[in-house]
Amino acid sequence: MMASSYNAKEEDGHHSGSVGPGGAGAVKSRKPDNTAFKQQRLPAWQPILTAGTVLPAFFVIGLIFIPIGIGLFVTSNNIKEFEIDYTGMDPDSPCNMCINSTTPCRCSIPFTLEQPFENNVFMYYGLSNFYQNHRRYVKSRDDSQLNGDKSSLLYPSKECEPYRTRNGLPVAPCGAIANSLFNDTLELIYYYPNKSSMSIPLVKTGIAWWTDTHVKFRNPGGNNNLTAAFKGTTKPENWQNPVYELDPTNPENNGFVNEDFIVWMRTAALPTFRKLYRIIQKKKDNLTPTLPPGNYTLEITYNYPVISFDGHKRMILSTISWMGGKNPFLGIAYITVGSVCFFLGVVLLIIHHKFGNRNNNADIPN
Amino acid sequence: MERLHWIRHRLQRLLPGDGGRGWYSPASTLSTKRSLDPPDSPDPGGRRLSGKRRSVTPRHAPGQSQHGSSRNYQGNGIRTTKYSLLSFIPKNLFEQFHRVANLYFLFLVLLNWVPVVEAFQKEITMIPLAVVLFVIAVKDALEDYRRYRYDQRVNNTSTSVYCGKQRRYVERRWAEVCVGDLVRLYCNDIIPADMVLLHSSDPGGVCHIETANLDGESNLKLRRVVRDLQRQGLDFSPETFSSRIECENPNNELQCFRGYMEHPSKARVGLHIENLLLRTCTVRNTEMVVGFVVYAGHETKAMQNNSGPRYKRSKLERRLNTDVLWSVALLLLLCFTAAVGHGLWLNSLKNPFFLIPGDPPPLLAGFYMFWTMIIVLQVLIPISLYVSIEIVKLGQIYFIQSDVDLYSEQTASGVQCRALNITEDLGQIQYLFSDKTGTLTENCMLFRRCTIAGVEYPHHDNAQWLEQYEEQDTHSRPHTLRSRCSRKSLSCRSLSCNRSSVSLHTLASQSDTASQEPAHAHGAFSRTMECMVAPDPLLQLKLQELPRPEGAAAAELSYILDFFLALAVCNTVVVSSPTKSQHVVPVPRTPQRSLEDMKLLLQKFSLPRFPHAPSSLHPDTPAPAQSPAPSSFPAPSAEGAGLWEECDDDDCGEELFYESESPDEAALVQAARAYGYTLQARSAEHLVVALPGSAPLTVPLLHLLPFHSDRKRMSVVVRHPVTGRVVVFTKGADSVVMELSRDDAAADEEEEHQAFIREQTQRHLDDYAREGLRTLCVAKRVLEEAEYEAWLKKHVLAETSIENREELLLDSAQRLETNLTLLGATGIVDRLQDDVPETIEALQRAGIRMWVLTGDKQETAVNIAYACRLLRPSDQLLTANCESKDACEALFSRLSEEIHRWEESQAASVGGGGVSGFTLVIDGRTLDWALGAELQGAFLQLTQHCRSVICCRSTPLQKSQVVRLVRDTLGVTTLAVGDGANDVSMIQVADVGIGISGQEGMQAVMSSDFAVSRFKHLRKLLLVHGHWCYTRLANMILYFFYKNVMYVNLLFWYQFFCGFSGSVMTNSWALIFFNLLFTSAPPLLYGILDKDVSADALLGVPQLYASGQNSEAYCRTTFWLTLLDSFYQSLVCFFVPYLAFAGSDVSIFSFGSPINSSALLIILLHQVIESRTLTWLHGAVLLGSAAFYYGFSLLFSVLCVTCNSPTDPLGVETHAMSQPLYYCVCVLTTVLALLPRVSYHAFHNTICPPDTVRAGLMDRLVSKEYWTHVGQWTDTPAPQTLSVNADPSSTTDRPPDHHNVLS
Repeated sequence: MMASSYNAKEEDGHHSGSVGPGGAGAVKSRKPDNTAFKQQRLPAWQPILTAGTVLPAFFVIGLIFIPIGIGLFVTSNNIKEFEIDYTGMDPDSPCNMCINSTTPCRCSIPFTLEQPFENNVFMYYGLSNFYQNHRRYVKSRDDSQLNGDKSSLLYPSKECEPYRTRNGLPVAPCGAIANSLFNDTLELIYYYPNKSSMSIPLVKTGIAWWTDTHVKFRNPGGNNNLTAAFKGTTKPENWQNPVYELDPTNPENNGFVNEDFIVWMRTAALPTFRKLYRIIQKKKDNLTPTLPPGNYTLEITYNYPVISFDGHKRMILSTISWMGGKNPFLGIAYITVGSVCFFLGVVLLIIHHKFGNRNNNADIPN
Repeated sequence: MERLHWIRHRLQRLLPGDGGRGWYSPASTLSTKRSLDPPDSPDPGGRRLSGKRRSVTPRHAPGQSQHGSSRNYQGNGIRTTKYSLLSFIPKNLFEQFHRVANLYFLFLVLLNWVPVVEAFQKEITMIPLAVVLFVIAVKDALEDYRRYRYDQRVNNTSTSVYCGKQRRYVERRWAEVCVGDLVRLYCNDIIPADMVLLHSSDPGGVCHIETANLDGESNLKLRRVVRDLQRQGLDFSPETFSSRIECENPNNELQCFRGYMEHPSKARVGLHIENLLLRTCTVRNTEMVVGFVVYAGHETKAMQNNSGPRYKRSKLERRLNTDVLWSVALLLLLCFTAAVGHGLWLNSLKNPFFLIPGDPPPLLAGFYMFWTMIIVLQVLIPISLYVSIEIVKLGQIYFIQSDVDLYSEQTASGVQCRALNITEDLGQIQYLFSDKTGTLTENCMLFRRCTIAGVEYPHHDNAQWLEQYEEQDTHSRPHTLRSRCSRKSLSCRSLSCNRSSVSLHTLASQSDTASQEPAHAHGAFSRTMECMVAPDPLLQLKLQELPRPEGAAAAELSYILDFFLALAVCNTVVVSSPTKSQHVVPVPRTPQRSLEDMKLLLQKFSLPRFPHAPSSLHPDTPAPAQSPAPSSFPAPSAEGAGLWEECDDDDCGEELFYESESPDEAALVQAARAYGYTLQARSAEHLVVALPGSAPLTVPLLHLLPFHSDRKRMSVVVRHPVTGRVVVFTKGADSVVMELSRDDAAADEEEEHQAFIREQTQRHLDDYAREGLRTLCVAKRVLEEAEYEAWLKKHVLAETSIENREELLLDSAQRLETNLTLLGATGIVDRLQDDVPETIEALQRAGIRMWVLTGDKQETAVNIAYACRLLRPSDQLLTANCESKDACEALFSRLSEEIHRWEESQAASVGGGGVSGFTLVIDGRTLDWALGAELQGAFLQLTQHCRSVICCRSTPLQKSQVVRLVRDTLGVTTLAVGDGANDVSMIQVADVGIGISGQEGMQAVMSSDFAVSRFKHLRKLLLVHGHWCYTRLANMILYFFYKNVMYVNLLFWYQFFCGFSGSVMTNSWALIFFNLLFTSAPPLLYGILDKDVSADALLGVPQLYASGQNSEAYCRTTFWLTLLDSFYQSLVCFFVPYLAFAGSDVSIFSFGSPINSSALLIILLHQVIESRTLTWLHGAVLLGSAAFYYGFSLLFSVLCVTCNSPTDPLGVETHAMSQPLYYCVCVLTTVLALLPRVSYHAFHNTICPPDTVRAGLMDRLVSKEYWTHVGQWTDTPAPQTLSVNADPSSTTDRPPDHHNVLS
């Protein structure tokens, strides 16, 4: 076989002049390696989708989806939700008078809860037709400034234009998002059956994400003296108070770490959205519901103009479950998809019996 | 690192001759076409030298300063690199921006800098561009670095150059060699520049060069010292050389060099290509040569002939481009919708304070939005697809080249992919054009039979022997085949290693110690068995009678002697032997024998006189028959095998190797040798021929008129060794030689005899052709001295002329080759290559129409066609030979009618349509008519009804015309396969050109897209790799479109909920990376590794090939269906989360998170559904992609506090993933999105499965059932096969144990 191996050698080297008798020794073969990978013979699973192979999967999906769907549907149905539109478009609405008012205006809307709200109740404000997701609106902020960066505080990012400076002073917080901060004040008053009333305690904190309050949003120069920290800046044009006086009741909840502000700054994905406003904590005793059925009044300090864009303002009271707020869609969708899968599985079963054997026993497992 | 290695590997493959084979690497890929149509292509022959020329004087010569005339010419250093270290970045960028795709990216980047349309942060839009530029730049840099290192190696090779100051040869680097230098080279040195040969150590003033580096031909080419200088003899002194050379400017014509040398005495000598040593060739068989550099560096012919790898555009890619245009249209539509939507939305708003003041009016804003959307939806145009396709094709090529089945042990080479981007065309071939000789056949010529003086010698033993050999062949293939091909690349260097070291030692010792002894021991070992010719007993007998011929027998004997002498001398065969490093006759020695021996010989041979000498027509009584060495005469022996080893002279028993440009020459010399006429050595002026029983005779070679395709013959003019007269031996195509041997003038007895011979020979020739043999006629002409002188005068004139030299030489040759006396003819068999019939059958069953285009005779071609089962006995042959165009037209219509009638009757009886069993045989002349504009249509229509077409007697030009006609008119994918220079044009014209690296040099391979070593490899290459490559690429492209449209539409749907403001619900990093990183690897793997059907099934059921031919995997329907599906999926993927989150407090990124992640899942699972094979690699890549995505987005949302100002994704993913709702949404979305596709596949594959699916299902069966099914499948003929061969073993080509299952 030595004679048979010289050729490979010869093909390789044309420059070597002297070839001794040992020339046939050093042989480099060009023959490709006969490995499974190189010869494309790696063991493989060959999924060919036929009725026989697919129908078990369909049945399994159907069997899993339908119970999930039922579960989701029931959960969603158990969530209690109450919604009240206080825009005041209706001339009969108590807030109608506030629509065109330029000065702070208060109005109150009475409502009745038919059912008790258990556990923690979440109070949202809802806006519709408000495009918080507009490309230029979304970008009009400076996260460095909000993170407490001193230089960004005084020299906000260009993205904030035209809400970057006002009267020669940098705006803190800058940008369109901050400027359009929702500034209605909502209060709930419960009327006992004996007509005496009680203002329902609304918790202002714990409404924003933990990462936002602790990592993303920070006041410049610590939280000691906010007035000093924000010295040299000015408040956004539409604001009544500077940023360090957002919450006069809780000094910890001021500046950039004000939770109302943080919630507002997390721009909504869709033009109709709700944002968490307050939490009504459940009663300690667990015996009485958080919000018993009965008559309530929503006291509104009406500041926020939505008429200019045909918007609506709502107040929403909702309990919450493991899947979030009330939304029957998922449950219905799961049930539908599960049923469709099950149906397809049946059809495939029929087809498989009709055609399956014709095709060379396609169901022979791999 | 592995990747790097891989790139290197493929670069090596890319440049076919790496590692010493080619001293030329592609200078630049830009000049691909340079060799085909040089910018200043001189028209051959008609070019005036005076136009552009260069004048070169020796640099060392006195009076020539170092800055002499040669200063203006380029140095010998070469630089094939495109870039230097400094210029790399600007130049590479410049080149890259010539690509449309990159310009598109650049446009997007620039667009993003316009503030009003800015969609993302500026740096993010640059990422795709940067990545693409970077990848390509790295690739270019690696390629260029390789070239650089290569240049360095070449430039730093040392050679010895004569230094005028030191008056001796000094070592210089190649790069320092200049035009005008004298360079001394030794045997096996590589020539550093184009130089005129001034001196050779060979006394004959010749030198052999091997041009394998240049054109791949390994046979030796002869070069001569400039004519006048030769006389200077052995002592060439460089100091005194001071002639000036005037020659044409550098060009790329390898076969052409014109100029003259002017001596100080003003005498001029013409120079031509025979005087030129070409750069990169190797000096062989000559101890030392001195050359005078005329072209250096890039001006050498070798460098001018550089051409890079070939780039063709495949059918699939053309289809792809139209679909890319469709996606551009789609993009514009989406952007326009968004623009209009934005305008309307703005218009409907009164004065929203959330809008940033200073927004332009709605109309203008809509216009801006259009451009913003182009940036946002940029991914819709699958630019990355082009990069991906390139990568996938590299992978496919890697696997094709690693296929061990396509590796030929015999030639130690596998398949070579020279064109990088048409792998998928292999799967779509509809017409295959094949050369015959060397492609279907071995092109290994074996002498089979001959006719001499009208008597046929059938050589029955030979035939039997051949059969025996073929049987043996299957058992002892490795050894015998190897020895066969060893002939191909013989040279003085490789000779010694041509056999095992054992035998080499044996040989060496024998030749050292016992040079006088016959060396029988090694004879049996190394002689190529196949070349053996068993002499015909009758002929043997006649030759035996040599000493005592009588009457007519004597005349016949003289014919026989001349016939064999002609076979031995009329050729350009180079003789080499293992024991001599110098197998050229060193000195033209006059009789080495003692005078006595000589006398005896002369006595012996003077008896049979030549018919032309009237006095010797009736010879005298034979001279003493008892020669001193009777035993030395070839004795007839029962075992033919021993016959040719008869001589026990010291020179005779030795191994001789015959190397020739065309294999039949070697076969003929070998045949002559079998009868004792051994060509032992040759020099430029002499041939040494051993005649039976005599010592070697020196035959003065006066002229050699080489083979020319116009003349179709070659001649030698020799002085007959015995009679001493000038004889012309001519050997050539039968038609030509028969014509020339016709002499009407004399009508005497002798002429009658000639006429009889011609008649008989013609009959035998026809027989040979029917047998499929290649025929050659041998004739001679005895020249009177005066005649010869007269011719010589003119010939010398022709030779020395500078202008029109070729034409004059042609004329001169034609003057000589008249009045020939026909001696006889030979039949040479060219065996079919292994497995050719099986391959052809498989290809035909795959629906490929096969045309054979050959230069051979019609009978030979038809015969071979039968042999290789292109024609079946049941087929009907339509023969088209006509004399005029009108006749041709009439014939075509008649044939069409015939077919039509037959088809109608067939349709009535069987009911099956399809292609009939007709085969059209058309000859060259008729083909010319048929290719004309008027008859094209009729011809093509005719051929479309024929299963195969055989074009015989076709010229290379016709071959390419046929291919072009079929390709352009019918719009089909064509493949041309050939092995010789005459196939080059055809190979270049066809969509896919395949070169067979055979016996006829490498021109075909050099111009091909793929090179294989055997015809049978086409079967796997097309049926398996072609099918796979096509399906893989087609599916990958569709997947890319799907992926991009699906993902981009998600962004588009969102526009409806953000006022068409160009917002996106994902952070822009994830958005950009989604295509670039997260989902880029799986489709690549899919494109490289997916196998829809196993190789066995594809080979067993060739009909599966049809899916590629009909472009089933990727056509308009599949494209739009895919688009439709991606629209559906994006709708699901967007609106399920939308409905789930509508009205809730979800933030932008929290909304985008489940959408993104379910899009990823859908896209990856979609891939799983579409894949037909899933190996662990697929699993790893799919899981890796998903993990990469989740890893990236989680890390990004944990770590990025202010890194992505102004909108940071901090906490988004962690928050989303902590909620059960997220998972509920993802699962529902994924299932719902994939449901239709899965159901479609399930229904389709069950109710009406496509062939590929059926084959895939079949693969799963146990082997016994499998073969039953294959049998069933092949028995029910697909529409394209009319008749199925009855032989079950041929239908499947399986190991024998399966046959019983089938039958």
